[in-house]
Amino acid sequence: MNDRGASFFVRLWRERPVGAVGGIIVLILILVSIFADVLAPYRPREVNLPDILQGPSAAHLLGADHLGRDVLSRLIHGARISIFVGFAATTLNVVVAGLIGGTSGFLGGKLDLVVQRFVDAWMSFPGLLLLLTVMSITGRGILQLIVVLGIAGGIPASRVVRGAVLGVKENAYFQAAEVIGSATWKTLVRHVLPNIAAPIIVIFSINIGAVIITEASLSFLGFGLPLQVPSWGGMLSREGRQYMEMAPRLALWPGLCLTIVVYSLNMFGDAVRDLLDPRLRGGGGRLGAGS
Amino acid sequence: MRAYVIRRVLLVIPTLFILTMVVFLSVSLIPGDIIDAMGADLQDQRGFDRAALERRLGLDVPVPVQYGRWIGGIFLRGTLGESLWSDSPVEELLRGGLPVTLGLGFLAIVIGLAIALPVGIFSAIRQGTFTDYAGRSVAIIGLATPNFWIAVMVLLYPAIWWGWSPPLQWVPFTDDPLGNLGVLIIPSLILGTYLSASTMRMIRTTMLEVLRQDYVRTAWSKGLRERAVVMGHVVKNALIPVVSLVGLQLPILVGGSVIIENIFNLPGVGRLMVDALGRRDYPVVSGVNLMFATGVMAINLATDLMYPYLDPRLRYE
Repeated sequence: MNDRGASFFVRLWRERPVGAVGGIIVLILILVSIFADVLAPYRPREVNLPDILQGPSAAHLLGADHLGRDVLSRLIHGARISIFVGFAATTLNVVVAGLIGGTSGFLGGKLDLVVQRFVDAWMSFPGLLLLLTVMSITGRGILQLIVVLGIAGGIPASRVVRGAVLGVKENAYFQAAEVIGSATWKTLVRHVLPNIAAPIIVIFSINIGAVIITEASLSFLGFGLPLQVPSWGGMLSREGRQYMEMAPRLALWPGLCLTIVVYSLNMFGDAVRDLLDPRLRGGGGRLGAGS
Repeated sequence: MRAYVIRRVLLVIPTLFILTMVVFLSVSLIPGDIIDAMGADLQDQRGFDRAALERRLGLDVPVPVQYGRWIGGIFLRGTLGESLWSDSPVEELLRGGLPVTLGLGFLAIVIGLAIALPVGIFSAIRQGTFTDYAGRSVAIIGLATPNFWIAVMVLLYPAIWWGWSPPLQWVPFTDDPLGNLGVLIIPSLILGTYLSASTMRMIRTTMLEVLRQDYVRTAWSKGLRERAVVMGHVVKNALIPVVSLVGLQLPILVGGSVIIENIFNLPGVGRLMVDALGRRDYPVVSGVNLMFATGVMAINLATDLMYPYLDPRLRYE
């Protein structure tokens, strides 16, 4: 297993160097978000009135915002928020997609027909509108955001899982398991689950970038995370907009961070996908991106 | 063919039913404390009491009755209710914002295709060259860049560097078509370039598939010039799936226009939505949700029904 793991990274590095670099950037960001408290020179909410809108200096490497808060510290803690919300909500995407798609595809019949109409209806909803509506009712907050993003992104992704399960059911090994009267849970664990692992990894890699951008968009519009939480989307929002004309770098850094993270995640995801499952090669599969 | 059309149209009925349920439930399940908060918001404005507010939201009767009333209002009287804030009928507010949003969306799609078509086609016929890599890299970066960030940057930096900022004063098309275009062009460029990234990737993929077909090899071996092969045989066939892609992109386009309208101060449905959410004006929120969702569904239905006409191979199935 260890050997396989090592050779996977060697192949990744040789065959998809850009993806490997993306992976390294993602790894660095995960480390930064874990050690944010140690790395950030200031506490992200620390208000220093004398430093208001100060330019970059030794004390504030990237300057200070309209409340005198250190921009670098807020960016570092923003990485923690983006990474945490991204991973948590995308994991929930996979769980929701697996439950809905798996049940619908495995049991089939009338249940499948009904569930799929529900998924149809959900998919004709412009995602952002629904997210905005629900967030305005649940109120801003990190837990609300993760649950809402997790469920909303999981429903469309369930189509992919359903398709994969239907594919497995066509195979001789599945029918053989049915014929010898294998217990349902046993068939699921032994035959279905291992064979839908690839699409599940694909869902994860496609959704995570989209989830991070959606979180930023919601926070930007003022319906995502509470204002005091240092999120990259929130740092770009209306509250700071009037000060950006005096200090445009306030708008520069959060957006740049978002772009780099999502780009790295996408490149890494593409590369892992290609190596894991050559059938998916081609890049047309990204179309589902965007919640 | 006829069976396909009938089946596809019939599938719309349950979907539409579920869709109205989702729109309806998302608002009718508002927890009680939100009602209090709404009451407090409106109190200063016009002195609402809780019972009156519940009556106006229709929350004073059981949920199935509420749904019946709402649906009945839409189908029988063609009304979506009234705004809690301004008393105007919701459909009137929607009619006011729709031209703006449609104009923005239309221009964005045109710009998106104008970029994606040539780049995608060229990228495919020159697969593996520098141009191909450059085009694809730009597209991938474009997909990773949040469009609200681009919009904020477009408002900030030109103003600082050259003292120029895009026009933010709305001009109706009927008053001054050119002025209207002037207001819409920058926002639609931002939305359009974003859309072009995924469209371009899709065009490239389908082009590559078609380029490997036997009939394309035949066209080459007949000695046709590249232009004739590409335009006459490849592009025509490669573009069929792109039609449905434009339909699939609509939800993204709607989400994007909500953000862009807010940043550029365009009086469209997207801004109406965010304003209504901020004021907890839920009848307006439901109206906007319903309009966009049915709109997207209708266009997806239309593209699915168009498919057999675009692709003669499908007509015989």
